[in-house]
Amino acid sequence: MDFSIITGNIDVYLEGLKNTLILVSLSLLFGFLLAVPLAVLRVIGNNIVQLPIRAFVYFFRGTPLLVQMFLVYYGFGQFDLMKESIVWPLFKEAYFCALLTFALNTCAYTVEILRGSIVATSHGEVEAATAAGMSKFLMFRRIILPSAFRRALPAYSNEIIFMLHGSALASVITIVDITGAARIINSRYYSPYEAFITAALFYMTITFTLVFFIRRLEKKWNAHLQPGDQSVVKIQAPEENITG
Amino acid sequence: MFSLHGYGSSIFEGTILTLEVSLVSLFIAMVLGMGGALAKLSGSAVLRGLATLYTTVIRGIPDLVLMLLVFFGGQVFVNQLAPVFGYDEYIDINPFIAGVSTIGFIFGAYMTETFRGAIIAVNKGQLEAGYAYGMNSFKVFRRILFPQMVRHALPGFGNNWLVLVKTTALVSIIGLDDMVRKASMAAGATRMPFTFYVVVAINFLLITTVSIYLLKYLEDRYSLGVRRD
Repeated sequence: MDFSIITGNIDVYLEGLKNTLILVSLSLLFGFLLAVPLAVLRVIGNNIVQLPIRAFVYFFRGTPLLVQMFLVYYGFGQFDLMKESIVWPLFKEAYFCALLTFALNTCAYTVEILRGSIVATSHGEVEAATAAGMSKFLMFRRIILPSAFRRALPAYSNEIIFMLHGSALASVITIVDITGAARIINSRYYSPYEAFITAALFYMTITFTLVFFIRRLEKKWNAHLQPGDQSVVKIQAPEENITG
Repeated sequence: MFSLHGYGSSIFEGTILTLEVSLVSLFIAMVLGMGGALAKLSGSAVLRGLATLYTTVIRGIPDLVLMLLVFFGGQVFVNQLAPVFGYDEYIDINPFIAGVSTIGFIFGAYMTETFRGAIIAVNKGQLEAGYAYGMNSFKVFRRILFPQMVRHALPGFGNNWLVLVKTTALVSIIGLDDMVRKASMAAGATRMPFTFYVVVAINFLLITTVSIYLLKYLEDRYSLGVRRD
């Protein structure tokens, strides 16, 4: 193996790293912002409100990300109405299509995660908030959502890693992310080991860095759930001799 | 919009291939997962270390990168190795083998965790009782451990299967004619990409929905002896 190919072309990988990080963080941000209201509506809304949210979640969790991305990137071009609309320039951009698909995809998974943790709120807390005269909005803002976010963190951290790994698909629609960089190097030098192992190392580094920081955050947020300090307080006998 | 212009049978063939890839990968994943779980629970530090390395590395790398590495890397590897054995012609890596081995390898790591948890959940006294009756370890596994661990393994197993089916869409990228690739070809020929990708999406939804019901049935069946809330 000849890793001088990689060191000589490190700028391609760094460009890819930049694109991966931007794509993943923007998708997660938009996906999360959209997921919070949807999850709340999914819990408290009536059937008419719930149905479209359920359908959205069902579709995005039940089909491959690749197919979703093809639908957005290639699919919409089928309709003349779409081609004449003002959003068409956006949908011609691979970057926008990838971002839109990833954001909607992670949003669907996040809605389910948040729904689960909202439903798990203890009844006592909700009753106490009602008794204190809080409105529904205030109750969600002050009581339910903060504790739901804490409970959702372990599952959501998995979702972050899945999104990072899923973002490799962007390379299929011509975006130069880390995988895209590896594919360029592979086709230029015909050196699959160096190209893809380097990409794998990049992803592993990002994954384990993320896991490290999320663990720390989890410890801080869920400190009340950690096993407590088991050390027994020592009671020391007074130094001076009482009898003397 | 939903006339398939004669490509229906082509998509159907692709669907069959998708199912084949899924099932073969699942089989590989289950074998690797069982091996990995037993290795993680074994007394040997080397085996435990190897199994931990396996599951950690897999969780750090995207499936697409691994698949491209196996496909393109395997190509180079095989063609470097072949002359050693006196074979001079260029060998093409079969995308089916590259696809199922990669997907099997990836999900073997997830199955390892699922099976490990399920094995731990079985009451240890039961296994000891088996040994006390003079059963060998294979018999203990077949008669006592396996029937009881299935119940604990099924929920995780089901999740892995659903993710696995969706992951098979990636084999279209390395040139295997699964339903996604068949749809791409049909879309190119008819200039109706939306129609064909929607059909593929619906097929995936059908597969996952049927799977969910089957898994629910199995879960109920293997929990017959347990009181439910």
